[in-house]
Amino acid sequence: MYNLIGGGLIVIGAGIGLGQIGGKAMEGIARQPEATGKIQTAMIIIAALLEGLAFGALFLAK
Amino acid sequence: MMKIFQQSFKSLALVLLVFLPTSIFALNEGGDGGQVDTKNEVDAYIQHHIQDSHDFSLFSYTNDEGERKHFGFPLPVIVWSSEGLRTFMSSEFHHNDDGHVIVEKDGVKFAKIHSKIYELDANASAVSFDADHHATNGHKVLDLSITKSVIGVLFIGLLMLFSFSKLAKQYKTKKIPTGFGRVLEPLVLYVRDEIARPNVGEKHYRRFTGYLLTVFFFIWFLNLLGLTPFGFNVTGQLAVTACLAIFTLIIYTVSGNKDYWMHILWMPGVPVLIRPVLAIIELAGALIIKPFSLLVRLFANISAGHIVVMSLIAIMYNLRESFGIVGSTSLALVLSFFITLIEVLVAFLQAYIFTMLSALFIGMAVAEHDHEHEHDDHGHEVPDAQDVRGDFI
Repeated sequence: MYNLIGGGLIVIGAGIGLGQIGGKAMEGIARQPEATGKIQTAMIIIAALLEGLAFGALFLAK
Repeated sequence: MMKIFQQSFKSLALVLLVFLPTSIFALNEGGDGGQVDTKNEVDAYIQHHIQDSHDFSLFSYTNDEGERKHFGFPLPVIVWSSEGLRTFMSSEFHHNDDGHVIVEKDGVKFAKIHSKIYELDANASAVSFDADHHATNGHKVLDLSITKSVIGVLFIGLLMLFSFSKLAKQYKTKKIPTGFGRVLEPLVLYVRDEIARPNVGEKHYRRFTGYLLTVFFFIWFLNLLGLTPFGFNVTGQLAVTACLAIFTLIIYTVSGNKDYWMHILWMPGVPVLIRPVLAIIELAGALIIKPFSLLVRLFANISAGHIVVMSLIAIMYNLRESFGIVGSTSLALVLSFFITLIEVLVAFLQAYIFTMLSALFIGMAVAEHDHEHEHDDHGHEVPDAQDVRGDFI
């Protein structure tokens, strides 16, 4: 039961984080379309790191 | 035009040749019959799919006489028991997965419980379980079997060996590759120019491009193999992803230069009292957290994808009463189709991220320190932007 609540909290946190990353990246691309490639690469790396953290936590919560 | 037909016919024939023997291995087994709990059955089926299995089963059904029919092929079981090496085919277990079928080989008794092979004690005639459903009179053995995942790894390994050696050979005679090589060439260039070169660094990237290419195509092909209906889940096995992560760990640990170890063990630019604390954190990060995040990310993404696709297919059974046969089937079809499309994207993305992070970690280990640190009035080094940036990654 508690691990389900924990899993939900992890997903909420990861969702907020991914939303921030994606939103800011979009904003950056809109401001500077010529830097799209660089922004996307950085975005994917940070999203992957966050995802690794979230999956690690979910894995432990299971 | 004619040539294209010939080519596609040839590949079709090859596929048929590979998968034709499936019909040979059709086995009868007494089914329980009666009403089954669909929810539990779906749950057990998904669990079974996520795990590695000792036989390659394609599908099974219960016919009108109540017999359970299985289609697939048996795979060799190779175990190192207390009496030495024992080999037999997995068909001797007759698809039993709860330890009721006992195989005796040269005085050693084996039973299969939840896709794990157990060796029974010498005087035991049946597996007995305790309250937690653990076997009490047997123990796990060193299992070196050619399991389904091993078949997948071997298949993709041979495919890569064949297609890339063919591609390499073509460059000796022609400038432009033909056939499947034309698909692979831009991807090879992409991995080299967009992943290896910027992340490892202009000076060292050539040394590591081979590893990065191998790992990229290995993961990508295995992810795509997992989306075929043959039910592979190779990159969703912890053992496989852990092995890949350990390769990356060994490579960046072995090739780390003086500056890398200096920044881990005795971080310049911070007060001396903090340096041992930082050393512990950095060591844990370099040796445990980085490979752990690599292995868990790939494992969890692929497993989660498989679970989602199979759960959406299970809508067909679970919502049959509320939506009717046509409604639930079409709902399951549409949802699982679109999720599978997303999974095709995820298959590429996970291969890309694994390769990208491996390149990044290797790049951090081999980066050369070609600038001098500023020093403050007391002779301590002042961290500059380039030092600080590394800590965020």
